Amino acid sequence: MNLLIKGGRVIDPSQNLDDTLDVLVENGRVTQVGKQLAAPAGAETVDATGKYVVPGLIDMHVHLRDPGLEYKEDIISGTRAAAAGGFTSVCCMPNTKPCIDNKAVVSYIINKAKAEGCCNVFPVGTITYGMSGDRMAEMGELKESGCVAVSDDGKPVCNSELMMRSLQYAKGIGIMVISHAEELSLVGQGTMNEGFTSTELGLKGIPRVAEDIATARDIMLAEYTGSPVHIAHVSTQGSVRIIRDAKARGVKVTCETAPHYFTLTDDAVRGYNTNAKMNPPLREAADVAAIQEGLRDGTIDCIATDHAPHHQDEKDVEFAEAMNGIIGLETSLPLSLGLVASGVLTLQQLIEKMACNPSNILNLGRGSLKAGSVADITVIDPDKSWVVTEASLASKSKNSPWLGQTMKGAAACTILGGKIVFNGR
Amino acid sequence: MAEFKHKDIIALRDLTKEEIELLLSTAENMREINSRDIKKVPTLRGRTIINLFYEASTRTRTSFEIAGKRLSADTVNISPSTSSATKGETLSDTALNLLAMKPDIIVMRHAVSGSHYFLSKRLPNCSIINAGDGAHEHPSQGLLDMLTMKDKFGRLDGLKVAIVGDITHSRVARSNIQGLTKLGSSVFLAGPPTMMPPGVEKLGNVTVCGTMKEAIQDADVVMMLRIQQERQGKTLMPNTREYSRYFGLNPENVKLAKPDAMVMHPGPINRGVEMSSYVVDGDQSHILRQVENGVAVRMSMLYHVCGGELE
Amino acid sequence: MAAETTVLLDGAGIKRALTRISHEILERNKGIADVVLIGIRSGGAYLSDEIAAAIAAIEGDSVPVGAVDITLYRDDIKSHAPHMPVGKTEIGFSLEGKRVILVDDVLFTGRTIRAAMDALMDHGRPQCIQLAVLIDRGHRELPIRADFVGRNVPTSLKENVAVLFDDAHKPTEVVLEK
Repeated sequence: MNLLIKGGRVIDPSQNLDDTLDVLVENGRVTQVGKQLAAPAGAETVDATGKYVVPGLIDMHVHLRDPGLEYKEDIISGTRAAAAGGFTSVCCMPNTKPCIDNKAVVSYIINKAKAEGCCNVFPVGTITYGMSGDRMAEMGELKESGCVAVSDDGKPVCNSELMMRSLQYAKGIGIMVISHAEELSLVGQGTMNEGFTSTELGLKGIPRVAEDIATARDIMLAEYTGSPVHIAHVSTQGSVRIIRDAKARGVKVTCETAPHYFTLTDDAVRGYNTNAKMNPPLREAADVAAIQEGLRDGTIDCIATDHAPHHQDEKDVEFAEAMNGIIGLETSLPLSLGLVASGVLTLQQLIEKMACNPSNILNLGRGSLKAGSVADITVIDPDKSWVVTEASLASKSKNSPWLGQTMKGAAACTILGGKIVFNGR
Repeated sequence: MAEFKHKDIIALRDLTKEEIELLLSTAENMREINSRDIKKVPTLRGRTIINLFYEASTRTRTSFEIAGKRLSADTVNISPSTSSATKGETLSDTALNLLAMKPDIIVMRHAVSGSHYFLSKRLPNCSIINAGDGAHEHPSQGLLDMLTMKDKFGRLDGLKVAIVGDITHSRVARSNIQGLTKLGSSVFLAGPPTMMPPGVEKLGNVTVCGTMKEAIQDADVVMMLRIQQERQGKTLMPNTREYSRYFGLNPENVKLAKPDAMVMHPGPINRGVEMSSYVVDGDQSHILRQVENGVAVRMSMLYHVCGGELE
Repeated sequence: MAAETTVLLDGAGIKRALTRISHEILERNKGIADVVLIGIRSGGAYLSDEIAAAIAAIEGDSVPVGAVDITLYRDDIKSHAPHMPVGKTEIGFSLEGKRVILVDDVLFTGRTIRAAMDALMDHGRPQCIQLAVLIDRGHRELPIRADFVGRNVPTSLKENVAVLFDDAHKPTEVVLEK
């Protein structure tokens, strides 16, 4: 299918491009980016005046819940939510039922996404067999069948020796380890960040050192073994500082944070709001400031939502009983654009964090509009105002702390391999 | 004239100074009902009160039951099993079932902080009274403690109140801190650092003391909290022996408080751990008075939430 | 203040009425044996103190005085939004076999008196209850009548009669508000 995307502000960090340009797509690939391009016969025109045209956004941390937990979300609804959020690729985490620790599940996911999904789905396999934390999964087979990384996300690998061996082995196979860094003995029965709010509400707190210790451990193991490691969902000032120092020493560490960690504090929990309950939990103002600074100075490489859909019956309960997690695919773009509006990031830096870096870290071969690239493109309307409601969300689950709020910014058009999969709200 | 306009009483944190004073003065005036021959007034005749206790409690539940009966209400006790092995009805479903009985008031004790707000949203025509939710609040205990202090000193403002023990897990401490600081007392906390929650000094006129001595020095009231073995596990303190050496109240250190100081404890007491028996049974102990005031305070709470048109 | 206020009784008039009531109480009960005064809070309670003083002046001996608060016995509890504060009931003696003189400031529908009698019954079993009021303004809704009346004042339902007290709880005047 041929497309001409006209008159938009094209921002492509991979080519250092930021200009009003046209983008020509032919047979699923970007063939030309230039001024005043002519539309070939039979090409559809997308008017991108007043909009940004960027490489298709990539969310490298998403829970699609398929197979096994389809009542919360499945590959069809999840990729539809992704496309509505402007994402052309997502990496899905392995804590499904069964988990992604064998080629059968990997193939199921890849094939279903190809046949019925609205975006690319790159599966993340498990580090340990069955996510048991006991022994390694067959990372070789996982990579060969299509996994782009391994993670036990949802859980840390508690045993340090096993984590070290996993990092070494993964390095040999050539697959990235994404670590959910959490020291469980400090988490205990905690349900929110330990601080003044948890004291006032009488809820058990999770001290931020539970994340800092685990982050430090994983970085030191990576340093010792010379292996790369990617830290998932960074939320604390401590983690940011540890990662910054490690990078300065030359350790091969990368990391991501989620929009809720640079916009919300644990005050959002007041009223015992279960839509503000996730793991790692929302932190305090100083942590939010540190996360923003980490994004600004390059310590944090990617923005990834940790989209975690849960059914109403799992959230509409007493606070301590509610499951951890919030959805994020559809609100990530407006919230992240907020960082540009407030001067924390330039637009170019934002696109790096949301497209280029995820692609480079996991070798996805995306994140660029260079001629010859696969035409995964996102057209962004930065001024589009819309209200987050249960009806306006494409995801099956509606567990978002932003319900009822007005967002500024949305995908005007999401293009997957040259085909329009989403055409604006 | 002070008015009580809340449908529920879930936390002293949500009440103003005037509302707390109203609850206390009504309780004071209701006390005589509990000492005369016919311990009943017809005020809440025909109202249904359900006591829904998810956590075991004899004294609080009995106190609420008697309070309801003395106001001529019909009281019903329900104690659902909460063992997670036999996961029964969710709180949501229990609420819907209770709705069919058309209760006017539900008095609930639950292990999960905030569960009363959850219940209140689902039962808009029923008043919810908190008999203890997790570590969050236990308003009737806070109120009866304050009434006991007011009985002795005639006032609450300007009092120095020391609270000693496991503050982190104590809903009694939180309710007392909220109520006392709103009414002008200053609160001094002491306990092992492992049991002192972060930011607690921001709750009001609260000082966190390094040692028990500091807290009870010249105190008007010394309130000792129960060491809750069942909540802590093993890692918060070495053992009760060490705890009682550094944080137990005994005939020697009780002298640091003012000579006419009050000693209080929400009960049940671990004799020899928080307090030595000598102090428990001594002159300064007002512990039995606390229990008596409990019924009056609970009658006051039941009376005021029933007021007028529920919005 | 209401649109139009008339003074029905001034301080001196009240004193005369209460003195007469006190004499009537003593005459009817043949002295003060077993007699107790219970005032209904708060106006009745203040007046019962005045009556007790008058009786003491006449007989040279005092009569026990108590006060009853009827908030918890009202029959209109449901319509009160929100609930009125509860005052203190103080009856420091047994009522068994006593001749209770219930005292109130203004007798109107009779519901307050009914509530007061229920409250008294919960305190014990008096020998008899007699009712003394400073003003009877008519419009009874229950079969209740006063034994001792300071003054009968016919009123319409739109009007209001109030006995005013100063800071020392002494009655100052009785007013009719239209």
